[in-house]
Amino acid sequence: MKDRTLIITGLIIFIALVAFPFWYNMGKASPQPDLVLTAKAKAAGACVMPTAYMRANHMHLLDAWRNSVVRDAKRVFVNPQGKTFNISLTKTCLDCHSNKAEFCDRCHSYASAEPYCWDCHLDQSKENK
Amino acid sequence: MLELAFKGSKNYFGWVLGLLVLIGIGFGFYLYQLKFGLGITGMSRDVSWGFYIANFTFLVGVAAGGVMVVIPYYLHDYKAFGKITILGEFLAIAALIMCLLFIVVDLGQPMRIFNVWIYPTLHSVLFWDTLVLNGYLLLNLIVGWNVLEAERNDTHYPAWVKPLIYISIPFAIGIHTVTAYLYCGLPGREFWLTAILAPRFLASAFAAGPALLILLCLFIRKTTRFDPGREQIQALAKIVAYAVCVNFFFFLCEVFVAFYSKIPEHMEHLTYLFAGLQGKGSLVPWMWGSVVLMLISIVLLVNPSTRRRENILMLSCACAFVGIWIDKGLGMISGGFVPSPLDHVTEYAPTFPEFMIAVGVYAAGVLVLTILYKIAVSVKEEVA
Amino acid sequence: MEDSRRRFLKLAGISALGLTAKPVLDAFAKEHAKAPAPEFEEGPKALKAMQWAMVIDTRRFKSDADLQPIIDACDKIHNIPVFENKRHEIKWIWDEEYEHAFPTNPNKFLTERLKDTPFLVLCNHCENPPCVRACPTQATFKRKSDGIVLMDYHRCIGCRFCMAACPFGSRSFNFRDPRPFIPKITMQYPTRTRGVVEKCNFCAERLAVGKLPACVEASKGALVFGDLYDPKSEVRKLLKAHYTIRRKQELGTEPAVYYIV
Repeated sequence: MKDRTLIITGLIIFIALVAFPFWYNMGKASPQPDLVLTAKAKAAGACVMPTAYMRANHMHLLDAWRNSVVRDAKRVFVNPQGKTFNISLTKTCLDCHSNKAEFCDRCHSYASAEPYCWDCHLDQSKENK
Repeated sequence: MLELAFKGSKNYFGWVLGLLVLIGIGFGFYLYQLKFGLGITGMSRDVSWGFYIANFTFLVGVAAGGVMVVIPYYLHDYKAFGKITILGEFLAIAALIMCLLFIVVDLGQPMRIFNVWIYPTLHSVLFWDTLVLNGYLLLNLIVGWNVLEAERNDTHYPAWVKPLIYISIPFAIGIHTVTAYLYCGLPGREFWLTAILAPRFLASAFAAGPALLILLCLFIRKTTRFDPGREQIQALAKIVAYAVCVNFFFFLCEVFVAFYSKIPEHMEHLTYLFAGLQGKGSLVPWMWGSVVLMLISIVLLVNPSTRRRENILMLSCACAFVGIWIDKGLGMISGGFVPSPLDHVTEYAPTFPEFMIAVGVYAAGVLVLTILYKIAVSVKEEVA
Repeated sequence: MEDSRRRFLKLAGISALGLTAKPVLDAFAKEHAKAPAPEFEEGPKALKAMQWAMVIDTRRFKSDADLQPIIDACDKIHNIPVFENKRHEIKWIWDEEYEHAFPTNPNKFLTERLKDTPFLVLCNHCENPPCVRACPTQATFKRKSDGIVLMDYHRCIGCRFCMAACPFGSRSFNFRDPRPFIPKITMQYPTRTRGVVEKCNFCAERLAVGKLPACVEASKGALVFGDLYDPKSEVRKLLKAHYTIRRKQELGTEPAVYYIV
């Protein structure tokens, strides 16, 4: 047990290092980002699914969309209300939400999510400029 | 036992540090490859696999070669090999780690690698290859570690290890058979489309693996207090002698089939490798070099008087190892892709960053080998 | 319908534990399966077939100039990049001489016309595709509904096994980010990312909305598209009336692209 102090010091340093993100950011919580809806999105009133669902699950929905289009050749989405939508990130989602920077990116960078959608899929507003 | 790796001479730590530097450099180039894409390599639309997969294939052989000490000891009760089975198993571990690293650096989307297990695809040979490679790695880790620990504690290894040892033998054959099946089941790649590919891979594996093991044994004897033993080294030398001969025989079989049948698609690849095609033949000196090296090793290994002299044995093992590396690495991969399925001749040569990434992978493997051998040799020195 | 990252972590964790993954995965799946299953449909105008096939009437082509509009039509709508470095080339549909299009079917004294005719080559959408067999992730797959051999770029790990497996050299790999090299980006189709394999998709995105493939449309009738298993299709009519050849038929992959020579 002669190494007791050494071990305890080591443990303290280890815990301090592991907890680094917590104490470094203490009291500095960044404010939740405001998402901007375009006029077109506001006018539409509803997304393909209810807002609460979209906020929490849009990534699951997009995942299902892509599998449906790419693998099953089914390109039309029918929501629970029976309304149909053409499945397309660029042509449907970004048609209303044409402000990718204020709608998608703002929240993604807040949540430190880095979806690779845009490596391939095109942002209309950006490419048209 | 891991603590044994942290005690050593200045030379040992200097060597480890050197390897870490090489790994760091290789990793730096890998970051560049991640950012830019595989375009930094010499690979192309026509030659879509290159130096990475070539080394992967060769190292699967080195890993499988470890079984050449396991079979005589555990199946034939050849007691002498008891002393060095651990060296064979640890060599296999290091080689397998390099294999897996070479696969990872070859991927265009390495972060998606787990897709192979998320979407298990039974009809893909690559899926099976990941299973046998990882399985063999795990088996060697468990077996090697337990057997060595038992030796250190002067006890017999636990009974449940024995079945794992027996299972590891078909796994060793399996890793190289499945790796050969990656190539030899593809229509339209006539160079690989041969039933003898898996046996040929195994023959070259049983030459290259034990040849490297002999070199390592000689090195260990020189630098440590553990002597792997003259009888052991001589027995390994005989194994290498048989295997290089069989490997060369298989190669001649391929040449005969291609050039006696005179089927153009079968001849073209060998013609490209050994004489050049449409004025392109950057591999010609390499391939002839490989043949000369293998012939030298055959002559020196088959002849008992040269085999028994360890200086010459060292030379012949190095010849066999390098000869097989050229033949099975670049020759086997480039040879299969040139000419292309549309009969175009697009040549391939690794680029500098590609080469450095490969050096980094080798350094990682050598580091693993160094640490494992350090542990094994320290245990041997303790019990001696 | 599950987040792939969660699946990734789950699998990594489970493999690390060395457990038998199946029952555990099932248990996890049950826990997360609370979202309502959305419904998906085919578009009303979608064209359907058992196995799409193409007949190329090579008699209609005299020179490269005849092929260029066809190749351009495809390149344009699919955002095909143009690389100066030949090693990085991306090709979906391109031209080859007879001896390269049909290398296993050489003819020492070829007719003048065939010797000078450029042949259009593209993915054969084989009925028995070796690339699909080779792919370890089912990123390339043969679509059951119409036999098209497709790529799921989201899933491709870039191992390039399919490129080694394809006997027709129909596949290209994105050796670098293609976007800066696309002459004029079209919004109608995504670009690709570096590190994935790509190839001709028989214009699956156009068939879904009732249009024929772009090359067929641009060919002024020299390329005919239809269902191989519908005896009344245009393709079958042509096959009945003309002797056709396919690339490397001896390999048994059953290419779905036929050439009238």
